[in-house]
Amino acid sequence: MELLYFGSKGWGDELFTAFLMTIAVSITAMFIGILFSIIFTPLKLSNNKLFNFIANSYTTVIRGVPELLVIYLFFFGGSGAVMFVASIFGYNEYIEINAFITGSFAIGIISGAYSTEVFRGAIQSIDQGQFEASKALGFKKYIYFFKVIIPQMLRLAIPNLSNVWQITLKDTSLISVTGLVEIMRQSYIAAGSTRDPLFFYSFAALLYLILTFLSMKILNKLEKNYSRGF
Amino acid sequence: MIDSLPKLLSATLTTLKLLSLSLVFGLIIGLIFAIMRLSKNKFVSNFSYGFSYVFRGTPLLVQIFIIYFGLGQIEYLRTTFLWVILKEPYWCAIIAFSLNTGAYTSEILRSAFQTIKPGYIEAGKSLGISSKIIFYKIQVPIAIRQSLPAYGNEIILMLKGTSLASTVTLMDLTGVAKYIISTTFKPVEVFIVAGGIYLFLTFLIHNFIKFSEKKMRTN
Repeated sequence: MELLYFGSKGWGDELFTAFLMTIAVSITAMFIGILFSIIFTPLKLSNNKLFNFIANSYTTVIRGVPELLVIYLFFFGGSGAVMFVASIFGYNEYIEINAFITGSFAIGIISGAYSTEVFRGAIQSIDQGQFEASKALGFKKYIYFFKVIIPQMLRLAIPNLSNVWQITLKDTSLISVTGLVEIMRQSYIAAGSTRDPLFFYSFAALLYLILTFLSMKILNKLEKNYSRGF
Repeated sequence: MIDSLPKLLSATLTTLKLLSLSLVFGLIIGLIFAIMRLSKNKFVSNFSYGFSYVFRGTPLLVQIFIIYFGLGQIEYLRTTFLWVILKEPYWCAIIAFSLNTGAYTSEILRSAFQTIKPGYIEAGKSLGISSKIIFYKIQVPIAIRQSLPAYGNEIILMLKGTSLASTVTLMDLTGVAKYIISTTFKPVEVFIVAGGIYLFLTFLIHNFIKFSEKKMRTN
């Protein structure tokens, strides 16, 4: 237990910061993922073959390739890509992207592929009559989209989105390979310097369990709120 | 890009070995825990629930690290025959993967067992078939058919999970890919080749599951 003391004696404060870092990365990644799915879900549902192809390639490739490989691509290729774009605009200095941004982007893109599938499934399972009815009532396009489709879609999507959140949360542990100090990385450092890996990794597991448990409680509440009858 | 292909292909074999062994052990573990979960004994069923909750609620990376780095710390374990297995990263990875996929498989099988209509079991009972035979000849085949689509997803998730073996020094497909990237600094090319191999494997698994689903439906 001494190992968990706050201050210079133990690893308590370091682990607490790492715990907050994991939450921050997860939320950022989930947010980026939802942004991606807002772009790709319409592409997936559109009648344009090219758009379909782009969106399908995105979800198939990302969901079929290990997360770790995607992270390595971003970790080793990220600053190169940014420097390439910057060089077009005439900026030729070396650019290093910080691990938080690389990590959240990598996890966000993975998370986005899953949420795109969730949103697509949800919109497709809305009764066709709803679309027709709103057209027949002469609703403007954006009103029918925001007032008819979105509320029904959210109700169907939230249970699956909470699964995506759990996946995203657990995937953040993989960013530790890029050196971002989140729970896994901090435990690795602590285990290395105290030679007590069993304790620190078990403690990390406990922290993740707390996170998944708490988020399940919160998401269940949200789910209940959105699945009220109309 | 072409030069890296032979190395990556031989690493694919390691990945496939890891995957198949973990799936076999995972299926056994999953079946045992699914049966325990459905038991009327509260303690047994809660134990099984706890097992699957812990393994599904924590990242696979933590599980591998606990088994590979953590268990070696226990002095007692070093004296037993288990140490022969636990000092090898290969077996540690397989243990972690098997337990992880076992936890998910147990959930898949449990829900498959629970969705079997009680009428089938009652019909068997009224025909005077012993409960053991009802279990093996009626419940298990129906449960397998019910759980195939979900289990197919689990196989694909596990294929991706084997990439974590590279974090405990194993040279699987991801491990070799990372090594090539870090020596040649060509992340995009290597990603395309290694990712392509993973996608091809996913494609094969997906179609194999679809094929077996079709086959079972006609029976």
